[in-house]
Amino acid sequence: MPEVAVDLRDVWVFYNGLPALEEVNLEIQTGKYVGVLGPNGAGKSTLLKVILGLLVPARGQVRVYGEIPQKLRHRGEVVGYLPQRPLNNPHFPVSVLDVVLMGRYGRVGLVRRPSLRDREIALMNLERVGIPHLAGRTIGEVSGGEQQRVFIARALCVEPRLLVLDEPTVSLDACAQDEVFEMVNRLKDELQLTVLMVSHDIGGVARHVDDIVCINRRIHVHQAPPIGRLGLESAFGCSVEYLFHGEIPHRVVKVHDD
Amino acid sequence: MTELLSMGFLQRALLAGIMVSLLCGVLSVFVILRRMAFIGVGVSHSAFGGVALGFLLAVDPLWTGIGFAVLVALAIEWVQTHSRVEEDTAIGIFFAASMALGLVFLHLSRTYNVDVFGFLFGNILAIGQKQLVEILVVATVVLAVTLAFYKELVFLSFDEEMAWVSGVPVRALRYLFLVMLALVIITSIYLVGIILVAALLVIPGATAQNLTGHIRGMIITSAGVAVGGAVGGISLSCLLDFPTGATIVLLLSLVYLATIMVPRLHSHK
Repeated sequence: MPEVAVDLRDVWVFYNGLPALEEVNLEIQTGKYVGVLGPNGAGKSTLLKVILGLLVPARGQVRVYGEIPQKLRHRGEVVGYLPQRPLNNPHFPVSVLDVVLMGRYGRVGLVRRPSLRDREIALMNLERVGIPHLAGRTIGEVSGGEQQRVFIARALCVEPRLLVLDEPTVSLDACAQDEVFEMVNRLKDELQLTVLMVSHDIGGVARHVDDIVCINRRIHVHQAPPIGRLGLESAFGCSVEYLFHGEIPHRVVKVHDD
Repeated sequence: MTELLSMGFLQRALLAGIMVSLLCGVLSVFVILRRMAFIGVGVSHSAFGGVALGFLLAVDPLWTGIGFAVLVALAIEWVQTHSRVEEDTAIGIFFAASMALGLVFLHLSRTYNVDVFGFLFGNILAIGQKQLVEILVVATVVLAVTLAFYKELVFLSFDEEMAWVSGVPVRALRYLFLVMLALVIITSIYLVGIILVAALLVIPGATAQNLTGHIRGMIITSAGVAVGGAVGGISLSCLLDFPTGATIVLLLSLVYLATIMVPRLHSHK
């Protein structure tokens, strides 16, 4: 197994001619739990999309476990993904178990039907996130926190090596947020995952992750001494609230210069 | 085949009606879940341009209609993914332009005849053996493809990004679905005509959504509602001497209105 899970070199992304990511270099070792912080419009989701292969950068090289993401996706077994708004249509008529089973589809392959074994794996992952009793409920009926667990279970069904979570705690109350962080922490150890999590929640991220990547539109990620107020403030461009203490290991960030 | 030949017009109409409505009922669920109701309207109206082109070139309007509808469906998708135009804007433009083209083609061909009226409003009672075979072929192919890619179509409708990341050929399936939609629309034209075909792709699925909470049940209900509407509509139209397509659509609309009450009853219990 290669050491490096995610490797971005000199990646540039433009939206309508304006740079969304500029000269991004990022290396994530396998087994790390990495938090991505940054203000709205800083390119956090763009960064994830590049790593997932949903966006092809205008320039630069993207490798996930040594492969181009657009190729890697066809294996359907490396990346587990939790989108920012996974439930577009709250009235979509599928059960919780159906949704979790979707995580198996990449491995099942085109046209073929999920087997009994796939179903067992889906149920096992529902147990893993603590909601096996909800398997038969319609997805729109369960609470926001429970939905997040459902979608994490779906991502785990891929049996991934890399788990990518886009704002998993957004729109959850403080309690549910903490539960998600704790759960991801536990799952990471249990399943030996590499985790990449985008979040607004500086405190939550800082308490749990190994590394922090701070980004803001014009960024340049590099190794740096322990994060301090200055580092975060320069990424966010405003004062930030601190909900944690102690020193957080991290990598950051060149100040964006406009 | 000999049985098909010996059939009376009413039996042919019923058989065609059952096949077309079954097909529309199944696709309708995906149209509703993917919020594509307006695409149905756009593509069916675009077919008018193709049908008129058939009259102008003196070839079977079915083929020019299929070609035109598929082309417009793909163009809508392409414009939407390759430019900043929103989907409903793209549909609005293509649909109006195709109808305008249709009128110009008709003007040039100088055939303001009954056939055109039949294409606009359907004329299932005049359906021939050839059309019956065409419908059978389209129904078999589209149902087989839908069944084969059922799991992917549901995944795609539910969460396109995740489907893509899982290796599902999202773009190919989107185009495939549009082509199937165009085929079904063209074959449905005999039943209810260009103007009303979108109703057959929207109302059964919407009705089923009111009645069931699970997608498999929704597909079965939707197909049932569509077939019931077609058979009931054809029978009623014979009894009342009403236009067939319109009767089917009105019957389906009434059923839909009745089912709006169902979730309310549930939530008040």
